[in-house]
Amino acid sequence: MELNGYHCDSEVKDEDTTETQSLRSRAEVPCSFVATADRERSPAGGGAHPERRVSNSSSGRQRIDSLKKNRPPFPWFGMDIGGTLVKLVYFEPKDITAEEEQEEVESLKSIRHYLTSRTAYGKTGIRDVHLELPDLTLWGRRGSLHFIRFPTQELPAFLQMGRDKHFSSLHTTLCATGGGAYKFEDDFRTMADLQLLKLDELDCLIKGVLYIDSVVSSGPPECYYYENPTDTEHCEPKAYNLENPYPLLLVNIGSGVSILAVYSKDNYKRVTGTSLGGGTFLGLCCLLTGCSTFEEALEMASRGESTRVDKLVRDIYGGDYERFGLPGWAVASSFGSMMCKEKRESVSKEDLARATLVTITNNIGSITRMCALNEGIERVVFVGNFLRVNTLSMKLLAYALDYWSKGQLKALFLRHEGYFGAVGALLELSNSS
Amino acid sequence: MATDGGTDSGSHSMDKSITLPPDEIFRNLENAKRFAIDIGGSLTKLAYYSTVQHKVAKVRSFDHTTKTNFQNETDGDPLYEISVQEEITARLHFIKFENRYIETCLDFIKDHLVNTETKVIKATGGGAYKFKDLIEKKLKLKVDKEDEMSCLIKGCNFVLKNIPHEAFVYAKHADPEFRFQNTHPDIFPYLLVNIGSGVSIVKVESEDKFERIGGSSIGGGTFWGLGALLTKTQRFDELLQLASKGQHTSVDMLVKDIYGGASVSLGLPGYLIASSFGKSATTDKEFSKEDMAKSLLHMISNDIGQLACLYARLHNLTRVYFGGFFIRGHPVTMHTITYSINFFSKGEVQALFLRHEGYLGAIGAFLKGAEEDNPNQYSWGENYAGSSGLMSVSPDLNPMQRARSGTFDMLEMDRLERQLVNLPLLQDPSSYIPDTVDLTEDALAREYWLYCFEEALDGVVKRAVASQKDQPEATERAEKFRQKYRHKLQTLRHQPFAYGSLTVRSLLDTREHCLNEFNFPDPYSKIKQKENDMALKYYQKVVQSLEELSWEQRQFALIRGLLAGNVFDWGAKAVSDILETDPQFGFEQAKQQLQERPWLVDAYNQWIERLKGPPHKCALFFVDNSGVDIILGVFPFVRELLIRGTEVVLASNSGPALNDVTNSELQIVTERIAAMDPVIQAGVKEDRLMLVQSGSSSPCLDLSRLDKVLATVVRERGTDLVIIEGMGRAIHTNYYAMLNCESLKLAVIKNSWLAERLGGKIFSVVFKYEVPSKTQGQH
Repeated sequence: MELNGYHCDSEVKDEDTTETQSLRSRAEVPCSFVATADRERSPAGGGAHPERRVSNSSSGRQRIDSLKKNRPPFPWFGMDIGGTLVKLVYFEPKDITAEEEQEEVESLKSIRHYLTSRTAYGKTGIRDVHLELPDLTLWGRRGSLHFIRFPTQELPAFLQMGRDKHFSSLHTTLCATGGGAYKFEDDFRTMADLQLLKLDELDCLIKGVLYIDSVVSSGPPECYYYENPTDTEHCEPKAYNLENPYPLLLVNIGSGVSILAVYSKDNYKRVTGTSLGGGTFLGLCCLLTGCSTFEEALEMASRGESTRVDKLVRDIYGGDYERFGLPGWAVASSFGSMMCKEKRESVSKEDLARATLVTITNNIGSITRMCALNEGIERVVFVGNFLRVNTLSMKLLAYALDYWSKGQLKALFLRHEGYFGAVGALLELSNSS
Repeated sequence: MATDGGTDSGSHSMDKSITLPPDEIFRNLENAKRFAIDIGGSLTKLAYYSTVQHKVAKVRSFDHTTKTNFQNETDGDPLYEISVQEEITARLHFIKFENRYIETCLDFIKDHLVNTETKVIKATGGGAYKFKDLIEKKLKLKVDKEDEMSCLIKGCNFVLKNIPHEAFVYAKHADPEFRFQNTHPDIFPYLLVNIGSGVSIVKVESEDKFERIGGSSIGGGTFWGLGALLTKTQRFDELLQLASKGQHTSVDMLVKDIYGGASVSLGLPGYLIASSFGKSATTDKEFSKEDMAKSLLHMISNDIGQLACLYARLHNLTRVYFGGFFIRGHPVTMHTITYSINFFSKGEVQALFLRHEGYLGAIGAFLKGAEEDNPNQYSWGENYAGSSGLMSVSPDLNPMQRARSGTFDMLEMDRLERQLVNLPLLQDPSSYIPDTVDLTEDALAREYWLYCFEEALDGVVKRAVASQKDQPEATERAEKFRQKYRHKLQTLRHQPFAYGSLTVRSLLDTREHCLNEFNFPDPYSKIKQKENDMALKYYQKVVQSLEELSWEQRQFALIRGLLAGNVFDWGAKAVSDILETDPQFGFEQAKQQLQERPWLVDAYNQWIERLKGPPHKCALFFVDNSGVDIILGVFPFVRELLIRGTEVVLASNSGPALNDVTNSELQIVTERIAAMDPVIQAGVKEDRLMLVQSGSSSPCLDLSRLDKVLATVVRERGTDLVIIEGMGRAIHTNYYAMLNCESLKLAVIKNSWLAERLGGKIFSVVFKYEVPSKTQGQH
């Protein structure tokens, strides 16, 4: 089965990724952000010598046969340690034989049990049960893929748990991506005696997106868009078939935003990014309203009215600004009405939260649209945890892209919005041996 | 969006206590017509057109036809008559003041407006609605609202076309912080990013063609509104001040906060902001107002810069001008925008700012109302005497104090008599810089020249008084001139960038503007007259002795004559001291002062070799001083060229400057020489010797702003030799000018400091002969 150019067959998986590395066109990646960690580990001593990658690949081929026997030992984890959240995916094997069960060491069992028997961990760790992918085959094993997240601030507690549960005794490699993989590498080693395999976050992101989209076949569609985005009454999510996704603009909205142009599974570049992202939304909301969680901020936003905070075109021109084709409802100045003391005193926290959400979302839409134009790409996929339970922003993005591009651009969304980096990291586990 | 800010509730309380100094602001209201007003969120800009009565010195030839023999004239009988006449010139006045003074200002205008037939006032800006009734009531003028964006664009085109050094790049840590850009002869296409309460991005393709290609709602209003919410600080200026003191790193999540120290290995700089306000989402601690304001400023500036780059790239534009109240001379925002543009464009796009950015709307609104006067058909020049110039933007200076200290800011522009264009022979008009030394950058030279002009001030004042002995109040006016110019020099000492790049030329021009301001149109008129009279008496003798020389001797003597003539320069203090004390100082003494060959710059041998070849088709000669210089130096040389078969175009100043010969004086002088020299006479008659005006009234020369007629003549005649004479035109300016044809630049360095700098002594000679390389010549 090949979907999106992604082989789901575990046997050829390893060769495929090795080949991926050798084919990935570095020349088309001007931004240094994609300088990868695996490049450092490469025996070829750097990505500047693609021809030496090929020889590397042949040695990889020899490993195929041995893979079946030597598939990575359990547990199978992938981690993405971002600026705000840690995303963790865990593959729970469901085809464990009695023999295996017997051999399974206590700590492994305990971890499996701990993760799968509950949906919340501590005060802030959460398993997104609705995202769980049951009945998944990975590297010849059948099982469930679990999606777990907790604040990056809680990482020490997580490491403490790993230590308590003797995680290190499993001699497993922990595949991790995101900035935290670098920042906390030492902590992993010293606090939990764990060695991290650090992975480039954009590589992982793209791998994860392509993989998840290819394996989800039943249940709610992975990829969807909003039908009739400019008509609020009839704006509905609809499944989208991402079979031929290229070229694709991939917008990852985490604490900050990265925008990637993806031309094929192994050819992409980071176009640009913006610091006005999910972290900005939450950060400003905390300061403006005193809230403390993303959910709280979103909930407030859902009850607020941004037009009391923003200055609209009609507030300035009394209606449309026809000379420049600007509709009266368009925002002329985000927070513009807050220049006036009386208005500052009359707005509610909910209004402020809503305005913050609208400002950040519209700005992402605007920068995305310009990048799409500059790159000549019409399909845009938005991912990242800013969009989690954030229908407001998704509809706004769908609307903004459709309206300002006069229907040329399509905004697509993925159900596992924030977990692709972690999934991509998990997929690298097979390369770790 | 185009709007200039919202309302700051604090700033609209009317302030009637201020008394307006009528001599200094709202000048020439008596003759004002055509008003325009641009009312922004906090500042009002008023524009009007007025006529200025100026005294101008006119020279008129005596009727000599009754006299048969020129040489019979008695010694005291002057060559021509000088009369001072009133001349009316057009001037544009622009005044900027805080909205709180608007009522006082309107009252003042009403009281001083005398003979205007104006019925309407063009208005633009967000506040135009708000103050409509007040204006109509006070001034009895109908308010006619104009579209803001089209005013802005019109104004922008106008300043870019008429004010050299209008645009600059800002570099916070450089000294000076401003780097002025040479105005490209073709100003289109460009991108204007106007940051008002929101952001409008406009692509301007021609005078009448522009399009709003995009914008953003995150602009100055977001900084102000969100800033006020976060810091409980009301005023925009105060917010900027907070921001300039804050540390954004405590509020923003940086790449290194996410990656730790290892980020270097990923190639992303660790200091890069990954998530604006990201830290306030994950920590409960309190943030200082300063830090939040700074973070907000970075967030907004970066966002605007990024969008501007994306639009510039999409439309393939590299010239991007930034304006709007968010920018308006604030060093903090100019710096953050510049930084952002550099980052996102990887240096491909430069953020450009405008000296008169605040006036664009008012200028545009005015132009819309003045279309029947066709202001765009003329060339205009900034009047340095009447304009405030760019304020100091030292980051240490309290931005509020800065705003207060310049309660009234002014720009005055004179309509120039002639339309000004490029010299067609410039090799690359877009890279031509007239001035040899930029005193804004060269601190040592700046110090010297400012000192030098200050030192010379007494002499200029004395000369000004002496030129108007019959007028008793001349002393008082001269004193006012002294104060004004001294004040300008002081301003320039602290703000060398006030009028664009500071140069010897701008110092000289500022002095001329100030002299004119106090009705000293031509302080040297009598000296010039006397010198011309004297020199004419020796003309034939000089020509005769030249004719006795062999060809080769004569060529050398002609060049020496040109150089010796050039010693007679009242602009050089070393010379004016000699001339003041020794009226008998003559041509021969001047020759003795000259440096012997080899000269400091000596291309004489190449020149002589060239002269042995075929004659030039047409020589364009930019002449310098009156008297000995023009009559005994230039004319014999011109005579030789004519004899060789070369046509000659003599370009002289349109208006007076120091003792430089003006076009009208030169006409009389030529007439007189023609009367005694058949060669010159034939040249004039056969139209092989032409007199044209340069369009300038400066002792220096800007080859990119020359009279259109001159440019036409140069083109039609197939000019293949340009001669530029004198320190002002060939050393202070044009020393490095590259031309498409052969050129001679010659001057005597009459200033020991400058001579020393060039590696010589006072009265060193520069004789530069340049031939363009063939490939360059083919352009």
